[in-house]
Amino acid sequence: MFDFLSDYDILGAFWTTVQLALLSAVGSLIWGTLLAAMRVGPVPLMRGFGTAYVNLVRNIPLTVIILFTSLGLYQTLGISLGAKGVEDINFRLAVLGLIVYTSAFVCEALRSGINTVPVGQAEAARAIGLSFSQVLWLVVLPQAFRSTVGPLTNVLIALTKNTTVAAAIGVAEAAFLMKEMIENEAQLLLISAIFAFGFVVLTLPTGLILGWVGKKVAVKR
Amino acid sequence: MSSVLYDAQGPRAKRRNVLFTVVFLAALMALLWWVYSTLEEKGQLAWPLWEPFFTGTEAWSTYIWPGLQNTLKAAALAMIIALPLGAFFGIARLSEHAWIRVPAAIVVEFFRAIPVLILMIFGLALFAEYTNVSSDDRPLYAVVTGLVLYNASVLAEIVRAGILALPKGQSEAAMAIGLRKGQEMRLILLPQAVTAMLPAIVSQMVVIVKDTALGGAVLTFPELLSSANTMSGYYGANVIASFTVVAVIFIALNFALTSFASWLERRLRRAKKSTGAVVGVDDAEIAGTAGTGTGGTT
Repeated sequence: MFDFLSDYDILGAFWTTVQLALLSAVGSLIWGTLLAAMRVGPVPLMRGFGTAYVNLVRNIPLTVIILFTSLGLYQTLGISLGAKGVEDINFRLAVLGLIVYTSAFVCEALRSGINTVPVGQAEAARAIGLSFSQVLWLVVLPQAFRSTVGPLTNVLIALTKNTTVAAAIGVAEAAFLMKEMIENEAQLLLISAIFAFGFVVLTLPTGLILGWVGKKVAVKR
Repeated sequence: MSSVLYDAQGPRAKRRNVLFTVVFLAALMALLWWVYSTLEEKGQLAWPLWEPFFTGTEAWSTYIWPGLQNTLKAAALAMIIALPLGAFFGIARLSEHAWIRVPAAIVVEFFRAIPVLILMIFGLALFAEYTNVSSDDRPLYAVVTGLVLYNASVLAEIVRAGILALPKGQSEAAMAIGLRKGQEMRLILLPQAVTAMLPAIVSQMVVIVKDTALGGAVLTFPELLSSANTMSGYYGANVIASFTVVAVIFIALNFALTSFASWLERRLRRAKKSTGAVVGVDDAEIAGTAGTGTGGTT
């Protein structure tokens, strides 16, 4: 009953899933932080750009973005992100799509963290004579970072699940392999159980551990 | 303006802001120019590629409208089926009896931890193998099954958060006038919780609409995104034009839903008659991810 499993590289597929998730997480953290900085900063044009970006990207399905990277960017405009070979190109395009989409949610998570710090905190810090950088480093940011752990965890888990969308452009990750296996083997329930279990293993501990950390470090108000 | 991050600005800060604005504008213009010249170079801005969407109704009536109808149909079906299921599991998770509470919690956490696409692929194979649903209908059934399984568990968390957000005095008062547990839930808690949950439910609708696109890309379900694919084949590889039109429709639809949800939330927070309990738009996103334990809070 389990013989056919050795014909497929299930661990390899999940490794691709993990790689997609980690690379996109790093990328969207960087771009999302820049976006958040624009949205909370004093320059109106940057604020407008950040707001427009988040509102547009959040309302487009991730599937549309990822399919567009392949059909639009690569096949129509010839942008291959410096990769050779179809597999590499699709992988990089999927990471790009995931970064574009996820950074909007990272931006909102960071912004909500900053918004939890009451204005009175900064006013009190200025009143006792702290300079601007001292206000930021000693008073505001420590509180803001601590309350972003929870929301960022949610974004990371959602990102892990969203990597399956890369199957739409043929990246050989878990959902792609699952579809292939179901089509070739008459073992629907067993195969589904394996992949479901794989994702539970990937997402549940992350949520439990980081959720616990988030509650631990959060500022009680 | 003053915020927690910076003070009201003086002349030097204002000059610096102007400099930032100019540099940023230059960078933005350079980016737009690069996009424009790339599109121009590949001939994607040629009028014949965009014409179908602006002249005549063929593109709209043959491709876009049927696709949009399928998107809306799948989303509406999923929401209608998932709501009662979600309410059932949400209430079950609040039960006093561990033998009801624990299995409900396991089911909810399990389906929140699994990607919707996996559930849809499973649904497609399930209907093919164990039912005699015709192969034309199977993608719709599979998409709705996947969406229902996932969103019912998310809605369960929203329902639970909605009931927990009510002031304790409500259930105490119900007990004091001698209502039974079922009556308390049915007559006192649920009616108020449903109002409190409305914003979160509407913004969950956005998630459902977005996820229907998965069905188009992987399960050959003929919804809006897959109609973009067919169109670009029919109108001579106008991928950029087709995707732009489809993306704009998705943005308009979801933006309307999001704005409606925020409006509901503001209205509920203002209302004097209510208990003031609201499960907000942001809480829905929190409930949508597995393993975060308590779900939304207000």
